[in-house]
Amino acid sequence: MPALFLAQDPWINFDVEALGEQFWFNTVEGLSQGSIYALIALGYTLVYGVLKLINFAHSEVFIYGAFATWFTFYGLGFRPGSTPDLPIFELVGFLLLALIAAMLISGGTAVILERVAYRPLRKHKAPRLAFLITAIGASFVLQQIIFIWRGGNAEQAIRLMRPEEAFQIFGAGVTNLTIIIVLSSLALMLVADTFINRTRIGRGIRAVAQDPDTATLMGVNKERVIMLTFLVGGLLAGAAALLYMMKIPQGASYQGGFLLGIKAFAAAVLGGIGNIRGALLGGLLIGLFENYGQSLFGGEWRDIVAFVVLILILMFRPTGILGESLGKARV
Amino acid sequence: MSKARLTRVFVLAAAASLALGACAARDDGSDGGGNDNQPQADAPAQPVDAANPRGDGNAVCDPSTTIAYAGTINGENAALGQNILNGVKLAVEQHNEANEQCQVKLAEFETEGVPDKAPGIVTQMANTPDIIGVVGLPFSGESKAAGNIFHEAGLVSITPSATNPDLSSNGWKTFFRGVGTDTDQGPAAAKFLTENLGAQNVCVVQDDSEYGVGLANSVKEALGDSVACQEEVKSKQKEFSAVINKIKSESPDAIYYAGYYREAAPFAQQLYDQGVDATFAGPDGIKDAEFVKGAGEAANNAYFTCPCVPEDQFTDFIDAYNAAFGKAPGTYSAEGYDVTTILLKGIDEGNTDRAAMLDYVSNYEGQGLTKKFTWDDKGDLTETPVWTYKVENGKIVRNVEIK
Repeated sequence: MPALFLAQDPWINFDVEALGEQFWFNTVEGLSQGSIYALIALGYTLVYGVLKLINFAHSEVFIYGAFATWFTFYGLGFRPGSTPDLPIFELVGFLLLALIAAMLISGGTAVILERVAYRPLRKHKAPRLAFLITAIGASFVLQQIIFIWRGGNAEQAIRLMRPEEAFQIFGAGVTNLTIIIVLSSLALMLVADTFINRTRIGRGIRAVAQDPDTATLMGVNKERVIMLTFLVGGLLAGAAALLYMMKIPQGASYQGGFLLGIKAFAAAVLGGIGNIRGALLGGLLIGLFENYGQSLFGGEWRDIVAFVVLILILMFRPTGILGESLGKARV
Repeated sequence: MSKARLTRVFVLAAAASLALGACAARDDGSDGGGNDNQPQADAPAQPVDAANPRGDGNAVCDPSTTIAYAGTINGENAALGQNILNGVKLAVEQHNEANEQCQVKLAEFETEGVPDKAPGIVTQMANTPDIIGVVGLPFSGESKAAGNIFHEAGLVSITPSATNPDLSSNGWKTFFRGVGTDTDQGPAAAKFLTENLGAQNVCVVQDDSEYGVGLANSVKEALGDSVACQEEVKSKQKEFSAVINKIKSESPDAIYYAGYYREAAPFAQQLYDQGVDATFAGPDGIKDAEFVKGAGEAANNAYFTCPCVPEDQFTDFIDAYNAAFGKAPGTYSAEGYDVTTILLKGIDEGNTDRAAMLDYVSNYEGQGLTKKFTWDDKGDLTETPVWTYKVENGKIVRNVEIK
């Protein structure tokens, strides 16, 4: 494939031809990767909306879900090696079990994290910066717990279903796995959006996000709302973990949440942190950009592209594409 | 949610996970690939004159005499480090058992395999006067970062596995290798791909480590016109769809992955999933059971090149290793054992300070289990066999030696 090199040593290239050739492939890949980012991003956005806190330990909440998925598969008797040929209803049953386990563990981790790491700080009216440091500290603690327990190697790949091409879009294969990932995360985003905008609890969350003091005066239990916010973010991270483990069966490793977490956080900021629909938009965009960027500039530019785009957009729109809106009266 | 209800949820979750764990194990044997295009070469016999860490059993030394292992123990690509460490431990154990008057201590230092962490740890070792010889560092990146500290401390270090060729051209007087370099492995790999596997178009994929980049360059140079494409991936990357799509468009006969198993396992699996049927081959950095387990069905028909010698026939070593650790030796276990034995022999012969030990190793000449050990003035071995291995029925087995 002829490529246009800027320098003799191709430290970067502008392979427009590759971008064109692989456009649809990258679009499909970007959407599937991006919808996982979006689900994780929701956890960042909800907590930020309510507490104005960036929960840097959310990436570990996610990775705990990945481990829960792995242990469920293992507990069901599956072992690393070749992918089993399961009848469809059994497959769905096992995946649902893993989903429940992952959501419970991630949700539980998020709630415990809130209680242990953040609530004591709130009680003592700690400054904003203390929360941020605690978040980073908690992230390390959660990571090291896994490291001490399971060591540095990723859990061996266990996979319940093989990706198989279902159909093609302009020559780019769309696998059954991609369809499952994109549809499930869209469905979960829709549920989360409805939950926040249409239910009583959701109204409570929005009220606390907008004005915690007034909301408390109006009878909203602020502590309970905060716990619920962490729980919802954790549940979605758990679901994201299952989808991620289906896509990348080698995903359960102690540091495995870091890069995904950072990208999901970027997605939340890109869409407008505090904005639920923004998290979806930001997630999908980050997924797409990094895939296009990889074709255009070369593989090692993948992560850089996502963040350069983030910076560029924030230069012109510091509140993110959709702006912050969890606390706005807008329904 | 009230406290009581919260407790109930967790009890329920715990019960659920117990119930899951109780389910019957579903062990499915992996379907072995047909790797019968290659006759397997005989494994080298155990050399009769191989140095034995037990020595003559009459050695006398100061009880503070210490040698050290430094490298990944639980950190990145930990399996590679543990193989070596177990080999080291075995040698020290056998030595101490046989020599009551000379109990050598083994100190272990965890570098996590990360170049950033190695210098601090090596400095710590350099400042521990009891340590007179070191087995390590296993990886090329960390070796490059810390080699000068060994040099300045006059502390001899024998790496059982770092293969980057540049390491020996830094003028470090204390650097020795227990294996051949990538200038041995690279051309051998190219020869194996083109001659033994008959590949005409090879895609060379490299990661961003010192090791991956150096090896890929050496392979590409030896392949010449047979390089169909070259791609780069990053450490910790798990998702390779775009790279694979590019490779697919080149339809190579074979893919050579220069890097470590952590990234190679998902990479091989995704190649397989996307229907790339090129032969997958990689170096010593991915020749590990962790790769086989991580790559699932994609591991079948994978080939490895390695400047390590199959230990199948070294029955005494295998039995002792099995007895000590409850598993078979892995890649570089025997090399770790061999280089430790050299240090122990040095101690037994009365070289109990750093200068004497350095002098002893520099002038050493002797047969080990894996090969004959004698070094040139840069610390490179004069005899450097390269073997190939393949995956068969979920296990790594020897293939042929490349000559």
